[in-house]
Amino acid sequence: MSRFLSLAEAVEWTVRDGDTVAMEGFTHLIPFAAGHEVIRQRRKRLTLVRMTPDLLYDQLVGMGCAEKLVFSWAGNPGVGLLHRVRDATENGWPAPLAIEEHSHAAMANAYEAGAAGLPCAIFRGYIGVDLPKVNPNIRQITCPFTGETLTAVPAIRPDAAIVHAQKADRAGNVLLEGILGVQKEAVLAAKRSLVTVEEIVENFGPRSPNAAILPAWTVGAIAHVPGGAYPSYALGYYRRDNAYYKAWDAIARERETFLAWMKANVLERGPEAFAVHSQRARQAAE
Amino acid sequence: MTMDYTPTEMMTIAAARALRNDDVCFVGIGMPSAAANLARLTHAPDIVLIYESGTLGTKPSVLPLSIGDGELCETALTTVSVPEMFRYWLQGGRITVGFLGGAQIDRFANLNTTVIGPYDKPKVRLPGGGGAPEIAVSCGEIFIIMTQSKRSFVPKLDFVTSLGHGEGSNHRARLNVNSRGPTKLVTDLAIFEPDPDSKEMTVVSMHPGVTRAALQDNTGWPLRYAATVAETPPPTARELEVLRALQARTARAHAAA
Repeated sequence: MSRFLSLAEAVEWTVRDGDTVAMEGFTHLIPFAAGHEVIRQRRKRLTLVRMTPDLLYDQLVGMGCAEKLVFSWAGNPGVGLLHRVRDATENGWPAPLAIEEHSHAAMANAYEAGAAGLPCAIFRGYIGVDLPKVNPNIRQITCPFTGETLTAVPAIRPDAAIVHAQKADRAGNVLLEGILGVQKEAVLAAKRSLVTVEEIVENFGPRSPNAAILPAWTVGAIAHVPGGAYPSYALGYYRRDNAYYKAWDAIARERETFLAWMKANVLERGPEAFAVHSQRARQAAE
Repeated sequence: MTMDYTPTEMMTIAAARALRNDDVCFVGIGMPSAAANLARLTHAPDIVLIYESGTLGTKPSVLPLSIGDGELCETALTTVSVPEMFRYWLQGGRITVGFLGGAQIDRFANLNTTVIGPYDKPKVRLPGGGGAPEIAVSCGEIFIIMTQSKRSFVPKLDFVTSLGHGEGSNHRARLNVNSRGPTKLVTDLAIFEPDPDSKEMTVVSMHPGVTRAALQDNTGWPLRYAATVAETPPPTARELEVLRALQARTARAHAAA
């Protein structure tokens, strides 16, 4: 049953050194505030899983939290490469980083298999390409009914999943809206989970009967962190700060500018610093 | 009347023209997104645009910077989860055309978006395949849009991220892939289509002012030309106007904090 905790307590309960951690969000609802708390708590040797590692994983890797990255597309969307991830893989700074690379279809299927309690995912993929030559976790399987050769990858079963959502109700149920990515699957596949939310409401009120809801008994910890997905966005609350994504390229390019930025904006601040982003959007709307 | 336009504008417009009003198009970020939305705003108003973030039938007024910008979801017919997108919609065969780009291409339109140099010791580590490996085999056909140069049009890929026509001829069929693969490659200089037998990408149309010498200078293999090579019609005033307005709206939207 989900428990309401402060962000610091929630991260402490959810993420331990050496864990496999999935912080998901397909451009939308990326759990930046929670990821920053992981950095402040100096978690180490994490295997970070994410379909689209962008700035948040660049920050975690650059601060030495990770020893392995599992991904299908690593970059700053529309802007460029991830300089901190590159520095770690190519120069071992601040720590060596191993990679396990997949396609989007493979990871989406693997999360779904994790949520479904299966050991592996089966799909039609990786035909005529080189990734299976460098990733031993991509294997072939024969359909017992048709004889078709299909692809299998292991299910993703993280120790911890962290996602951001729009709302939790008092009973600890969680409502997600908009681009859902693989967040439901990640939470259901994980041993422990943390959801940060924009707001906590008495009840969700009028909604589609098919609304995407994670029931309280499937969620570990809930922390109320308004603005917690900034600079990504929360549909209905605030927009993606594309200018921040563009500025990140220069900040992350050199170790010194990166460390100075992390000190000023992450190490010396707390989750309350995120609230301004949701407030500003609300004021603009009024 | 002659009009000034850039090679990139010619490329985007030529790629947009290839899309049909009844297409269901899987769109990548960047140039494919510009071309697909230009088609929607000009000759193909009913085209269905799908982005891998799960947005079906989206009609953005500005081009997204990322594959999951709010604009895509807010203007979509519906938004599905990413596993559903890849399983029911892409693998399920419900998309007529996939639109891809890449860092490297070979003469059979195989693409590399993974690494330049060896995989374990890359000269340049690129973002990776994302959706491309499965888009390339699951869509009815593939259009590719890429700026042409010797660095990107190479005799041999450093890494095969997504399948084009493989080693040529019936290689896709031998791999049990039934979709058509790359049927069109649009660059800033020319338009290519696969030779019906060898499947090598062959020049079928050259953009105005482009010479065969210039084309060869920007290609890392000896080019083949179709029996008749057309000249690509230059951009019309309306195509340029709509494209530039779209890009101006996009620049304003992305500059705002």
